[in-house]
Amino acid sequence: MGAIRTVFVKEFLENLRDRRSVMTAFVIGPVLMPLLFGVMTQSMVKRARAEPDSDLVLATLNAAAAPQLRDYLAAHGVTLRDFAGDEQAARDAVSHHDEKLVLQIPADHAQRWASGEPAPVVMFVDKSNTDDGRKVERVQELLQNYARGISGQRLLLRGIDPALLAPQPVQEIDVSTPTSRSVLVLGMLSFFLTLAMMSGGIYLAIDITAGERERGTLEPLLTLPVTRDSLLIGKLLTTCAYMALSLSLTTIGFFVAMSRIGLEALGMSARLDPWTALAVIGIALPLVPVGAGLLTLVASFTRSVREAQAWVGAVQLLPTMPLVFVTMANLAPRTALMAVPSLSQHFLILKLLRAEDIAPLDVALSAGCSVLLGGLLMAAAARIYRRDSLLS
Amino acid sequence: MIEARQLCKRYGTVTAVRDLSFSAADGRITGLLGPNGAGKSTTLRMLQTLLRPDSGEAFIDGIAAGTDPLAARARIGVLPHSAGLYGSLSARENIVYFGQLSGLSRLQARARAAQLIALLEIEEFADRRAKGFSQGQKLKTALARALVNEPRNLMLDEPTNGLDVPSVRKLRAVLQQLRHDGHCILFSSHVMHEVAALCDDIVVIHQGCVVACGSPEQLLARTGTVDLEQAFVQLTEQAGAL
Repeated sequence: MGAIRTVFVKEFLENLRDRRSVMTAFVIGPVLMPLLFGVMTQSMVKRARAEPDSDLVLATLNAAAAPQLRDYLAAHGVTLRDFAGDEQAARDAVSHHDEKLVLQIPADHAQRWASGEPAPVVMFVDKSNTDDGRKVERVQELLQNYARGISGQRLLLRGIDPALLAPQPVQEIDVSTPTSRSVLVLGMLSFFLTLAMMSGGIYLAIDITAGERERGTLEPLLTLPVTRDSLLIGKLLTTCAYMALSLSLTTIGFFVAMSRIGLEALGMSARLDPWTALAVIGIALPLVPVGAGLLTLVASFTRSVREAQAWVGAVQLLPTMPLVFVTMANLAPRTALMAVPSLSQHFLILKLLRAEDIAPLDVALSAGCSVLLGGLLMAAAARIYRRDSLLS
Repeated sequence: MIEARQLCKRYGTVTAVRDLSFSAADGRITGLLGPNGAGKSTTLRMLQTLLRPDSGEAFIDGIAAGTDPLAARARIGVLPHSAGLYGSLSARENIVYFGQLSGLSRLQARARAAQLIALLEIEEFADRRAKGFSQGQKLKTALARALVNEPRNLMLDEPTNGLDVPSVRKLRAVLQQLRHDGHCILFSSHVMHEVAALCDDIVVIHQGCVVACGSPEQLLARTGTVDLEQAFVQLTEQAGAL
């Protein structure tokens, strides 16, 4: 026990002095990830909050040729403004983002309109600029509605019921509640948490074998009257501690970020009180031994720090794979799936945030299976650590 | 007292050490001499319980390293080839860490570290982080670390590699003092004059076997030469011809 504690204390302090360990464990996950998430979601919120109907100013070319359309748009709250320049100038203005949208009425529009022929109008838009998507959509909608109204009138004049043109109208009923709508955004939380937890342990896991071997400290360490198992346990415990700290701090960071953004503006709501944050940490913690065991096992195989970094960099994504899979396959939570580490944590965290009931059996299954897998991975790492060839 | 009895070690098809036996007595400095690749490091690693021999056995103060490695390890101090230290820890913290892992309490380890820091005259950099240490500073710290649990037996793997003259002299003085105090010191080298300057007994290894052992005088007499280097060359050449 004494040796395990000595190793733990030394590794913990030594890595606190290492800038890379501190950066990956305590800055990237807990600070940078929530910040990035916050900025991204904030811009979504901002766009949702902006009221597109209030200040829709539309630049037009040759609007005088379609006075009825002009009146219709004006009546629906669009302020029309003449665009100074020709067609090429309009095209350039949109592509250089000077104008968001220019509506052009071709010269022969009035004549075609009067004779009942199709009379197209031209809209210059830049679809790569997603910020203006809502505005473009709204102008398109108005133009379509106008055209539909006109065609209805024309059919009526010829004695045809316009309803014939709409044999199957679609009625959309949105059943999502604010909480269930948050799933998309909140579903990313478990992904970020898993990633932050893994990166918190990376440098320690590499340090355990490849790092010690490369620095030449492993050889004298193994000649001490201490079993290799206790050395490894001490190191694994340090790795777990860093990962758990990183995970907890990142959770807190995300809760602070999410409660500041105001998800209601996106039509979402989530339970973001401190008790829920604690519960999320509690649900996620059993995943720590899985991560620590996995990273250590892989780092034990490698011969150098460089090789370990390459491997571990890839392996750290492994626990996020079930999350990617569940999103693609659109799996619903089931008791059987609670046996899958990382997936079960993802489901349980979502339920927590959505304020849904959680079955104690699910929690026990999730924690039990994760700890078991973690133990197996650690035992495998210990087997490698006992080999003679560890040093060469 | 360090003893190797018929040690054998193979790596795949290569036999690194073959039927190797010798003993290093207390109160004497024994040199393990051989060209590069002769099997010195493999032998030392078996004596340090880092490698399990395929056959044969290593004994530390009569304790079989294979059956009771922890007891054997408690009686040895090791200065490895690279003298690697933890760069983010100070020299003192490096020494204390090994002391605690050797079974000393934190207080005992700190007291012992202070004693060794004075003995090896490393006060000047004792509380600096080891990251930027010179080869000499590293070696002295690693030597203090090896001595922290007051081992009866000390093993050093090519300790003078890359050292300047004052550091080598200091190391020699410390080893002679330890010999005087009755310790058993075993060190490997491929540098003849190094061994000649320090050792009471020499074990010459070539291609994984002991080709000669004895005091420097005995080796000279056996080869009929006046120069140890000449004796070494002759011994390894004879062995190569066999």
